Amino acid sequence: MKITGAEIFVKSLLEEDVDKIFGYPGGAVIPIYDVLYDEQNIEHILTRHEQGAVHAADGYARSTGKPGVCIATSGPGATNLVTGLATAYMDSIPIVAITGQVPTNMLGTDAFQEADTTGITLPITKHNYLVQDVEDLARIIKEAFHIATTGRPGPVLIDLPKDIQIEEAEFDYPDKVDLPGYKPHYSGHYKQIELATQKIEEAEKPVIYAGGGVIASGAAEELRELAYKAQIPVTTSLMGLGSFPESDELSLGMPGMHGTEYANYALSEADLLIAIGTRFDDRVTGKLDTFVPEAEIVHIDIDPAEVSKRVVVDVPIVGDVKQVLSKLNPMVEDMVDQKRHDDWMDKIRTWKQESVLNQDFPEGILTPGEVISQICELTNGEALITTEVGQNQMWAAQYYQYSKPRSFMSSGGLGTMGYGFPAALGVQAGNLEETVFCIAGDGSFQMNLQELATAVSCELPVNIAILNNHYLGMVRQWQGLFYEKRYSATCLRKRKSCPDDCCEPGEDCPEMTPDFVKLAESFGALGIRVTKPEEIKPALEKAIASPKPVVLDFIIVEEENVFPMVPAGGAIDNMILGEDN
Amino acid sequence: MRHTVSILVANRSGVLVRVASLFSRRGYNIESLSVGTTDDPDVSRITVVVEGDEGIVEQVTKQLNKLVDIYKVSNISDDPSIDRNLALIKVKASLNNRSEIMQIVDVFRGKVVDVASESLVIEITGDEEKISAIEELLRPFGILEMVRTGKIAMVRGDK
Ligand SMILES: Cc1ncc(C[n+]2csc(CCOP(=O)(O)OP(=O)(O)O)c2C)c(N)n1
Ligand SMILES: [Mg+2]
Repeated sequence: MKITGAEIFVKSLLEEDVDKIFGYPGGAVIPIYDVLYDEQNIEHILTRHEQGAVHAADGYARSTGKPGVCIATSGPGATNLVTGLATAYMDSIPIVAITGQVPTNMLGTDAFQEADTTGITLPITKHNYLVQDVEDLARIIKEAFHIATTGRPGPVLIDLPKDIQIEEAEFDYPDKVDLPGYKPHYSGHYKQIELATQKIEEAEKPVIYAGGGVIASGAAEELRELAYKAQIPVTTSLMGLGSFPESDELSLGMPGMHGTEYANYALSEADLLIAIGTRFDDRVTGKLDTFVPEAEIVHIDIDPAEVSKRVVVDVPIVGDVKQVLSKLNPMVEDMVDQKRHDDWMDKIRTWKQESVLNQDFPEGILTPGEVISQICELTNGEALITTEVGQNQMWAAQYYQYSKPRSFMSSGGLGTMGYGFPAALGVQAGNLEETVFCIAGDGSFQMNLQELATAVSCELPVNIAILNNHYLGMVRQWQGLFYEKRYSATCLRKRKSCPDDCCEPGEDCPEMTPDFVKLAESFGALGIRVTKPEEIKPALEKAIASPKPVVLDFIIVEEENVFPMVPAGGAIDNMILGEDN
Repeated sequence: MRHTVSILVANRSGVLVRVASLFSRRGYNIESLSVGTTDDPDVSRITVVVEGDEGIVEQVTKQLNKLVDIYKVSNISDDPSIDRNLALIKVKASLNNRSEIMQIVDVFRGKVVDVASESLVIEITGDEEKISAIEELLRPFGILEMVRTGKIAMVRGDK
């Protein structure tokens, strides 16, 4: 029996075990929405902006490990996906995005709501398709899910002209793909793995630097095994947070620009760096010629194009992290009872004790560190955390102790403000029983706050903790440190009537707009304002217990900066540790 | 350094843009490009010539290899290979100098493919140097128009 393209699409989603999709309708996807209307096994979550839909699909994917699916109409619907696709592409997140397109006979004629969607998204997707024949549709969907989720994952877009949604074909979902040009390497070269084992055995001051690839390949257990067995401290990039429990003695936290002193010192003294599922981002390495100056480098990654891209490595191993570690671990000598790395660990322990991150919070004032530490305490480090971008993101990375993979969702590569809140909705949709927090900035939250309507109407009880400093804080931090406090366009309370050169928040400053508590209430969410440290805990308890989405407006000290900080382009062991240094 | 990259791709719409965009995002200008089908009608060969840093071209090559529509990428700059360009040159020619031009064409084993009262069209194949050399020799007569294909190349021997 022949069925329509729209029906083929929906049936294919069921074949791929998709039960939730995020989207926004429009003229070019009405046939699909018409089929969805009757489909009981797929829940469609209507966001209030297509950017919200793609970020939600991304949060769903990061937190569940399953591909996220989103739908948008042609033209403006498709262009509204762009930021979200680029975000997912940079962080290697599996998403399948479907966009409507004008009918095939009108392609290229500047038809109403036509945009060259495959052209626009070409550099920000792992692959994309323009469907030109309904007979190809099932195969293309099969390939799209395969490409998105295998090898180095990433977003795949399918542009689906309206006539093809209406035309009919037999539905026969393929069970295999035939892609001669797409053959990811999984296994890792045996000789190289052997060489890595030898390097590990010889090292006196080894460090593991783990990234998002450990999470993507589901290798947290294998990572822990290697670290324990060979007694190697582990630093995790922003994308790798959660891949190694931060409460562990071997954990060094995050390296790089806002990393811990001990991670950066350890990297700078290490004689062996084992980089696993990571890409030596410039925010991690700082000045390249001074990065791990003493170390030989073993690099395990599934993407051959990452090998020696930024840093020349001594032992590259191209393969899936989980598979490679499963082969490597049994070959590594058990060093638990040897005292081989004792001196090294002692040194690291001393650095840890001296860290600015381990100092007590000042009394009487509301600091972001204390807010996040209390969220961590109340949730036993087991909540699912998303972040916005800026200082809030770095504090969320520094002060929450992540204990498991897929519990920290943040736009690492692209640094997309407006990501965290819609992503939290996708996280909650995929994990209905879990407590979800979005750690937000007052600026970033305003980029997608319309999704409060989605949270309320789809009954997704996320908690949004706004670290409200009345500033685009991270930019203001740079202006404070490197631009003589010239706070150009970073004060969010500034009115036209304010003095041009104001660089000092004070009693007489105008009211913050919007009032986040009233805003939350107007959407039917709960709003709670917190201004003193002693109010943190009761507010959090109330929020966690609430069946409604909650906006927590934490009025934190205004000009707090994120430390430690490595100035851009500097060596990572040369950190600014506080205001007066 | 100058690189010749030979790429086997799916014969499908959009593939050329994917290839070109990986070069352009690095700010690299493609000096010459040729695309044509191979003995397999589903497979095309793209030959790209770019000037660029060794390491970066290697990086681009790796990224090309990742594209789903690309089957094989080889940087054949250092392999012994045969490469050819084709050029058509319309040159001003009067009765007086026509034979002089034809002599030059002969030396380069080119062909005169069109004769008009005031001009000749010359067809020439060869590597880049050869074509540039005849271009220089014909320039004094007055080149009215010239078209040149991108380079196509094939590695010598059995591989
Ligand atoms: C979409 C987007 N626009 C601009 C930026 C540049 N940017 C980075 S951090 C930042 C400030 C963020 O302010 P806020 O959300 O209040 O966070 P805070 O740093 O104050 O915690 C800006 C503007 C960005 N990362 N993303
Ligand atoms: Mg702020």
